[in-house]
Amino acid sequence: MDFILEGIYRAFLLLFGGHEETWSAVYATVAVSSMSIVATVLLGAPLGFLLGYCRFPGRRVVRLIVDTLLSFPTVVIGLIVYGFISRSGPLGEFGLLFTLQGIAVGQVLLGLPVVVAMVANAVENADDRLQYTLLTLGADSSQLLRATLWEVRYHVMLATVAAYGRIVSEVGISMMVGGNIKWHTRTITTAIALETGKGEFAMGVALGLVLLVIAFGVNISVSGLKRRVGR
Amino acid sequence: MKKLITLLFFLVLALPAVASAEKPVLMMSTTTSTDNTGLLDVLKPAFEAETGIELRWTAVGTGKALAMGQNCDVDVLLVHAPASEKKFVEEGFGVDRTQLMYNDFVIVGPAADPAKVKGMSVGDALKKIAHTATPFCSRGDNSGTHKKELSLWKSSGMAVPEKDAWYIQTGQGMLPTINVANEKNAYTMTDRGTFIKYEASHNGNPPMVILVEGDGVLFNQYSAMAVNPKNCPNAKFDLAKKYIDWMASPATQKRIGEFSLMGKQLFTPNAGK
Repeated sequence: MDFILEGIYRAFLLLFGGHEETWSAVYATVAVSSMSIVATVLLGAPLGFLLGYCRFPGRRVVRLIVDTLLSFPTVVIGLIVYGFISRSGPLGEFGLLFTLQGIAVGQVLLGLPVVVAMVANAVENADDRLQYTLLTLGADSSQLLRATLWEVRYHVMLATVAAYGRIVSEVGISMMVGGNIKWHTRTITTAIALETGKGEFAMGVALGLVLLVIAFGVNISVSGLKRRVGR
Repeated sequence: MKKLITLLFFLVLALPAVASAEKPVLMMSTTTSTDNTGLLDVLKPAFEAETGIELRWTAVGTGKALAMGQNCDVDVLLVHAPASEKKFVEEGFGVDRTQLMYNDFVIVGPAADPAKVKGMSVGDALKKIAHTATPFCSRGDNSGTHKKELSLWKSSGMAVPEKDAWYIQTGQGMLPTINVANEKNAYTMTDRGTFIKYEASHNGNPPMVILVEGDGVLFNQYSAMAVNPKNCPNAKFDLAKKYIDWMASPATQKRIGEFSLMGKQLFTPNAGK
């Protein structure tokens, strides 16, 4: 039990004592998760809109697939992405293996179903009259997309936070695709796995607290944003 | 809102640029022992200062390290499973295998020594552990240490106790496995370098102690290899070659010999011998 107390103490030292290795892992975590979440939302929100708005044959099947992907295990995504971006894999020439961008590819696959499913749900449940009103006002399809997404912005934000939670806390993809390389692709989660494996539990707890602080910070800024947007 | 999104977007676009404007990068796969002990952290700055090449490594078991070399995912390997390495070279995946350093394996267990194996030969100790069905932790991850352990069961005249309840396969690195063994009151086999690191992290007074050592079969050779450019045209063969030569150079060999924790030497350099 001692190591939890020691970990809390050490978390302060690491963060405020300017521990280089920790800050490098913090940077890697923030960099890769920001990259992933931005790409996830930019791709996911329009896809979610299409899925929730358009009526096409096989739509139910697509919904079912997206819902199933919500519980796609991170290690399986890691494995698939590794296979594709390995130098001997089909996308090997881009040199993505063991880079933060490579991890981001996996994390986008992880976050995408969350955003698509939640946005699709929100669009489906949005007020029908909005669409008719916009159409009678002569909106084109891209204006319709933007207006509808604006209408369901709370849900998009909620989806973003949910996807971010999944992305920032995942360890399987970062470990397999990133290779846990010190100063480069060692994120907080893979550092925790490494330190705990080495028996350095206090260090693991400390890094865990750092991760919590990041997640907390993101949630606070999102709720601040929500208040501003709500006005 | 719009400003924020634009800002984020440019941040993301700028990231790869920050990451790529650097010196040439040599990618290495290595065993958990060289990484966990901190040896590579000590050598890295000197290598980068002297050659201008940036070394990055991923620490996995030797089996996976070899597989990464075979897939062309790395340029150079630093591993310790001579039989598998020779096979790797013969099959055309690796070239320029160079011996660099050695230490030895030890069998460690709880200080109370439940099976009473202290001071025995490796063969007798393993037989005693098997007959008394005392828990034994195996890496079980195809690493150099795991391969060595499997060969020791065979050389002791026993089948690998794969399915026995007392034989615990952790599937993890060396330090995690020592910690599992400690929790389970079990024996395990480790390289001396990692064990000294383990002792150091317990301030020299660990719950697990060395019980079997000094047997000739426990010799543990580390070697480096370049990935064969015929198999992997994209591998950075010239950088890999520079790294191997640098590791085998007298100055680096001296550094390896001087690397110690708690006054104990972890690796003995033996390049060119």
